[in-house]
Amino acid sequence: MSPVGEVDQRVLEFANVVGASDPVTVVGGRTQWAVGGTPEPGTREVRAPIGIWSHEPEEMTVRCGAGTTLGELTEQLARHGQMVPFDMAPEATVGGVLSVGHSGLRRLRYGHIRDLVLQIRHIDHSGQIVSSGGPTVKNVSGYDLCRLMVGSLGKFGCIAEVTLRCLPIPAVTRWFTGFLDPFEIFNQMYRPSAILWDGNQVWVCIEGVVSDVAAQASLFDFEEVTGPPSLPTAGRLTVEPKELRGHAQKPGERWIAEVGVGVIHTDCVAPHRTISDVNLSLMKDLEDRLDPNNRLNPGRQVLVR
Amino acid sequence: MVHKSADEKLLSDLRSFLGDRARDGDFELGLYSKDGSVLKGDPMIVCLPIDTEEVQQIVLACRKHDRPFLARGSGTGLAGGAVPVGDPVVIATAKMNKILDVDIDNRIAWVEPGVLNLDLSRELSPLGFHFAPDPSSQQVCSIGGNVANNSGGPHCLAYGVTSAHVAAVEVVLPDGRVTLLGDLTPESPGYDLRGLFIGSEGTMGIATKVAVRLTPNPPEVRTLLLDFADVRDGAAAVSSIIAAGLIPAALEMMDQRAIEIVEAFVNAGYPTEADAVLLVELDGLPGGVEHGVEVVRAVAEHHQVGSVRVAADDAERALLWKGRKNAFGAVARIKPDYYLHDTVVPRGKLVEVLEKVYQIADAYDLIAVNVFHAGDGNLHPILAYDADEKGVLERVQAAGRAIVTASIEAGGVLSGEHGIGLEKRDYMGMLFSAHDMATQDLVREALDPDGFANPLKVLPSGSRCSDSFGQHVPDGAWV
Ligand SMILES: Cc1cc2nc3c(=O)[nH]c(=O)nc-3n(C[C@H](O)[C@H](O)[C@H](O)COP(=O)(O)OP(=O)(O)OC[C@H]3O[C@@H](n4cnc5c(N)ncnc54)[C@H](O)[C@@H]3O)c2cc1C
Repeated sequence: MSPVGEVDQRVLEFANVVGASDPVTVVGGRTQWAVGGTPEPGTREVRAPIGIWSHEPEEMTVRCGAGTTLGELTEQLARHGQMVPFDMAPEATVGGVLSVGHSGLRRLRYGHIRDLVLQIRHIDHSGQIVSSGGPTVKNVSGYDLCRLMVGSLGKFGCIAEVTLRCLPIPAVTRWFTGFLDPFEIFNQMYRPSAILWDGNQVWVCIEGVVSDVAAQASLFDFEEVTGPPSLPTAGRLTVEPKELRGHAQKPGERWIAEVGVGVIHTDCVAPHRTISDVNLSLMKDLEDRLDPNNRLNPGRQVLVR
Repeated sequence: MVHKSADEKLLSDLRSFLGDRARDGDFELGLYSKDGSVLKGDPMIVCLPIDTEEVQQIVLACRKHDRPFLARGSGTGLAGGAVPVGDPVVIATAKMNKILDVDIDNRIAWVEPGVLNLDLSRELSPLGFHFAPDPSSQQVCSIGGNVANNSGGPHCLAYGVTSAHVAAVEVVLPDGRVTLLGDLTPESPGYDLRGLFIGSEGTMGIATKVAVRLTPNPPEVRTLLLDFADVRDGAAAVSSIIAAGLIPAALEMMDQRAIEIVEAFVNAGYPTEADAVLLVELDGLPGGVEHGVEVVRAVAEHHQVGSVRVAADDAERALLWKGRKNAFGAVARIKPDYYLHDTVVPRGKLVEVLEKVYQIADAYDLIAVNVFHAGDGNLHPILAYDADEKGVLERVQAAGRAIVTASIEAGGVLSGEHGIGLEKRDYMGMLFSAHDMATQDLVREALDPDGFANPLKVLPSGSRCSDSFGQHVPDGAWV
């Protein structure tokens, strides 16, 4: 328990549920359940606490149980004109989305979701509560374990509680489409929220006040659409943003790329990316230290070669 | 204090490949015994490598002779992170100061760690980009130091701190292996070691190359100066601006004393009769900026603003910022020394904590000057003093501790951007439980199992065995 800043009763209860002995996995909305493989049979399933425990609009922060769904979070924040731009399925949970660590569709403007995490309380392998980060919008007190938890697929602990930074919902959000060069759009537009491209057609999300959005949209020969195209879900490839240009030539698959970001959503299975030997040894060492008995999400793997 | 004589064998090993860039002269050792904090340490040898390979060789030589080492950028850190304790070899990055590659298509620049923050943004400016983190020390601090401290700056309110702007870091690990943490893809495979390294204050290895993200320069910028007859109204305006759904590019506050001394120093035209001023910057596309100006005006009027000055051109804008950015220099004109804290509190608690800061300063008979990143709730109370005054340092330290305590009691944290280093190391227990710190230590150990990199920093000694936090300043360092 932290000496300052009370730990919520629900976190304490969750620590008891997680316990200290048997293999355990946290179930969220099962929207990205297969990422990293499914847990070994017999692994006990637990659910993280739910609910928005505090939202302070003038602080632009929200603290919630990790089991809270994005749908609930979105709805609550929207009442005060705020959002957390996760851009994932509404039934996904906050803890689940952070554990998987995939960024949302508007990353081009809002950055990676890990940068919106201010504080995490998790239950470690020994059933104890660990707090990292801090509740304020800015903080460099101690090692940044929050960043490490994002994308760790629950291998370092069961996320119980999360404090996030919120952003104001922009005055308007509009999607446009056209058959244009996405790289040209990327170079000319000032901070669009997303540029999607299937090798042929482009979809652009522009947000801001009405006049700016209209002016930006008028730079190109666009047609307005209601939203983004449906994304293929079988694979998620990540490449350097400039390598996307070369991707245009590859035939056969249906894919949609996030231009300027480097994520490619494809209907083919994406190959695993290799991790250097040095990094792999460091990462394995971290796993051994933080989960010596391999009871956290056994079977699920971050370190596939 | 006399420095210990350098380990001759180690020195000759280092000289075999560094030549006269491995030094142990009194002048150098004196220079590298301090950083921007009030603490002082005792370096053993100072090395000035020019590339990754040399850094690696230095680290291997240190290991061979069982000597810890410490990375040092420009030495502007304010928490004693670069103060050498435990007789380390100092590895200064001053000669690793090249911008290696500007990759516009990836919006990335590869730089060496000794590149100065402002030099980078100046270099990028003609291309239409900049490096978003802009510490007030940006003319002199290094990118390596920014990475190690996860530094912030006025414009981090809208753009985020260093961690959000670094894609990858090449690191010489404490065992001498060289690796790249992170990469230029949006999701590098495995755990986020990059994110862990950033902010680790040199205790997990030495950054030898950094891939920083380029941020496009905004098409429109507007800077406003608001003055208030009561600091409370100014602080309330900060909360109201944010609550109105606006995230200014910067939202800085200066109190009455700061205004007075800054104005006397730079003549920026700050209203010296005001109790507080807010410097607000809005940037982006013209419509959004215009809308922002209106919102700020309306909020300010609601909070009894005295006047709203909108900078008419770049020159006036620069002048308004000059006041803010020279506040520390201005303080030096009233007292030769200053001691600065860096706590963050919820914005809604700014007034309450500011009042406590004044009370604490009064109680310890010190002068407190406040210039700070109000938009983030990041307080920077400056305690100005004269080190020659007898007993003043004890008062300064006691007042500092009281300020930290008040901030944490208000729901805040120890440090918003300066880091923990040596100075706030023993305060960590105010914010974290013994188990929290033991977990942090476990993670640190994965990267530096033998404690060679910047020893005795960040975590109180004995973090693994719960409660023996040792003395405030370790042997070999003094204030
Ligand atoms: C007047 C003034 C104003 C300031 N304003 C701000 C501000 O607005 N925001 C802010 O965040 N900070 C501010 N600072 C603090 C300081 O400038 C920053 O922390 C800065 O990033 C330190 O950079 P440096 O090059 O001086 O690092 P140093 O002081 O040399 O080192 C700082 C730490 O980084 C480590 N380090 C340095 N280089 C490397 C490397 N290559 N690899 C690994 N570790 C390394 C050191 O070991 C040390 O722990 C201010 C300081 C002053 C004096």
